[in-house]
Amino acid sequence: MMHARLEADDARPLIEVDDLLVQFDGQAILRDIGLSIPRGETLALIGESGCGKTVLLKSLIGLVNPTHGNVIFDGQDIHRLNDRQLTQQRIRFGFVFQNAALFDSMTIGQNVAFPLKQHTNKPLSEIRDIVFRHLKEVGLPESVVWKKPAELSGGMRKRVGLARALVLKPDVVLYDEPTTGLDPIMSDVINELILRTRSKYPVTSIVVTHDMRTAQKVADRMIMMYPAARLKEAEPQILYDGRPEEVEDCPDRRVTQFVRGEAGERIEEMGAFTGD
Amino acid sequence: MIAAIQLALFNWLADWGAVAIDCIVAIGELTLFAWRTITWTFGRLPRRETLLPSFYQVGVMSLPVVALTGTFIGMVLAVQSYYQFRELGLETRLGAVINMSLVRELGPVLAATMLAGRVGSAMAAELGTMRVTEQIDALTSMGANPIHYLVVPRVLAMLMLIPALTVMADFMGFVGGYFYSVIIIGIDKHFYLYNSQVFVGSWDIFCGLFKSVFFGGVIALVSCHQGFYCTAGAEGVGKAATAAFVYSFVMILIIDLVLNIGLERVYMTLWPDAMVSIGGG
Repeated sequence: MMHARLEADDARPLIEVDDLLVQFDGQAILRDIGLSIPRGETLALIGESGCGKTVLLKSLIGLVNPTHGNVIFDGQDIHRLNDRQLTQQRIRFGFVFQNAALFDSMTIGQNVAFPLKQHTNKPLSEIRDIVFRHLKEVGLPESVVWKKPAELSGGMRKRVGLARALVLKPDVVLYDEPTTGLDPIMSDVINELILRTRSKYPVTSIVVTHDMRTAQKVADRMIMMYPAARLKEAEPQILYDGRPEEVEDCPDRRVTQFVRGEAGERIEEMGAFTGD
Repeated sequence: MIAAIQLALFNWLADWGAVAIDCIVAIGELTLFAWRTITWTFGRLPRRETLLPSFYQVGVMSLPVVALTGTFIGMVLAVQSYYQFRELGLETRLGAVINMSLVRELGPVLAATMLAGRVGSAMAAELGTMRVTEQIDALTSMGANPIHYLVVPRVLAMLMLIPALTVMADFMGFVGGYFYSVIIIGIDKHFYLYNSQVFVGSWDIFCGLFKSVFFGGVIALVSCHQGFYCTAGAEGVGKAATAAFVYSFVMILIIDLVLNIGLERVYMTLWPDAMVSIGGG
């Protein structure tokens, strides 16, 4: 009986987004978003800047409150939990922010140790060992623990952000544009780290990106979103939901243009604004 | 013509209505923010490693500027009052005037103003930068409450250390006033000190320190609120830092007036005879 219930839990999607609407100052950023993310999947959320990818990512852990709709995580509606319950669910997520969002006032060691100090009663020696181990996993030497975030390069900061996100062994890792602003080699290092994280830990990953190389390399499934303001009333905001290798065969021109990086009719639209 | 006037009148009313709504919303937001801060303050004390840096920033780092302000205010009061009191032959009463003004009014208000400028703006800029660079989101995503982690230590530091800083401003004002009056001008030291002692009572010192606690609380809350809800970009952070000082200063003036009225009433209730004797000369 118990076994059957556990199997049923495993079969149920880990994250379900239902009819999500997010408005800022009366303007819809997300509308009618419905998603179902099974355990262990790596999902790439692609789309042009301003289409609401990051807002969707933040809605998943209650950093953005929806105007309407639900986010169900492991059977619980994230936006209906009290503070204590929400905290318990949030620590099951690891969030890698776009610019790493490391705490300026702390050293790298203190940054990575922060979740452990906040939520565990581990002795300092054990915390130090965990911090060193996670920094090593993302390819950083022990000497960085005493440095401040401002002393590191962008790529190193992102890796520290990844180490910090993984330190509590989360069930879900959310990556917000993990390769933006990095050189091609460092971008590939981050891609490899995402893949290595997935093979080492049983995590579900959601990667927000507009880097097609990242999306193609790390994802099992790809979703393309389109800015709500540019859509007609009945059009869905999710233009593509499928396998990454099939995205170029999508009949919607907006998807293929984005994937190939073609400006298309945008040039004419810009001309209308500039009067050219 | 009448339609145009009507339209202008409606627009004028609509503008004032929008201003009134913005004010009510801002006061409501600040009240909710203060309530959440108070709830967290009494709910669970922050850890020592988050409290100590705030105490160091507010207390130790502000000490020189508060002491300097107090010293110069004491000396300026002596310079300003001396010629007028000399005309009346009351130079020896300078000690009473300088020290009474300092402990009741200038010490607490100027110490608070300096703190609003030095600490309040820094708090708003720091929290604003954290908001803009998603550090507050990062804190929340890791299951830490940003009010508990960022705001409560700053509010506690201000509440607990502003009376000490006010005492320092009062003391250095006394030193400055004494230096200029006794050493520079050459007023009799005995009468200067005697008049200071007779006219400045423990009630006056209490009133100054009592007011300072409210000033400290309002500076911390207003500044943290400005930083916490800072708008995007460098411009947003700059605006938050400026607004933190301006709103804190306005609030200091309003609270000073209200508390002075209240404290006078309390004094009259507690010691009605003292007021009669002063009034009757």
